[in-house]
Amino acid sequence: MNWIFEPWPWYISGPLIALIMLLLLLVGKNFGMSANLRTMCTLCGAGKTADFFKFDWKTQRWNLMVVIGAIIGGFIGSHFLSAETAVTINPNTVTDLQMLGFKSAGTAYLPTELFDITALSNFKSLALLVIGGILVGFGARYAGGCTSGHAISGLSDLQIPSLIAVIGFFIGGLLMIHLIFPLIF
Amino acid sequence: MRTVFYLLIGVLFGIIMFKSEAASWFRIYEMFKFESFHMYGIIGSALILGILIVQLIKRFKIKSVYGERIVFTPKAPSFTRYMVGGIIFGLGWGLAGACPGPMFTLVGVGYVSILIVIAAAIFGTFLYGLLKDKLPH
Repeated sequence: MNWIFEPWPWYISGPLIALIMLLLLLVGKNFGMSANLRTMCTLCGAGKTADFFKFDWKTQRWNLMVVIGAIIGGFIGSHFLSAETAVTINPNTVTDLQMLGFKSAGTAYLPTELFDITALSNFKSLALLVIGGILVGFGARYAGGCTSGHAISGLSDLQIPSLIAVIGFFIGGLLMIHLIFPLIF
Repeated sequence: MRTVFYLLIGVLFGIIMFKSEAASWFRIYEMFKFESFHMYGIIGSALILGILIVQLIKRFKIKSVYGERIVFTPKAPSFTRYMVGGIIFGLGWGLAGACPGPMFTLVGVGYVSILIVIAAAIFGTFLYGLLKDKLPH
């Protein structure tokens, strides 16, 4: 049972994600996490400003439960199911990141340079987190879904729109890491 | 009862996101650098099984546990919104290193800063709602 406390390999993790999709389908729901961001806007009263947020949020209550579960799952996974949380990435990637100034590469789960609480007093780190978040939220809704809604649910149903979106996800990610990162870090 | 079920699915999902390291900013960076098979293996194996699951449900007209038909709604055909929206999402995914599922998982892990990313993502969604009618779809 010791494998549980090690990082889970892709051939365990991937099929388990498919299982999540299957369980939701079997109760008549579609796996998609970014829809929750819209529901949260509605809960904050955004329906007064834009029609896009005028909908009965209770129809999405089940999905908010999945979100609360995902938070609890993160707590359980990190506190009770892990011996070590540093992510062992490719040594070349580590060297690469250290040259960009990410000294925590290879020794942490998230880069402390961006996510440590002390980094919040650094204007640049804070700005990057805000910009990253805005792009994710805006892009997911514009594209009509995120990694779960398009790359898993949509592609599993062989939908062309999802294929276009996933190609877009990768173009965006590649542009960010290969062209924009050298300029900002 | 149903509520508890959704909560448990979420718990399982959160554990998978954390333990697979799909919630790690480093894994996303490494993926876009093509320096590891890990993330491709996760998405690829989930997808192959996913396609199989959807095909089986359609072929054998498998019903939900409540006896209802399982419907797959085709997404509206378009190119612009999926491509442009997708690229914008990808830029954010690369920068913040978290997509809308793992973001919440990381709150449970104890990263306070991820709350900034979540608040910004909610704001980004709000911006889309405001600009929706002016954007090409």
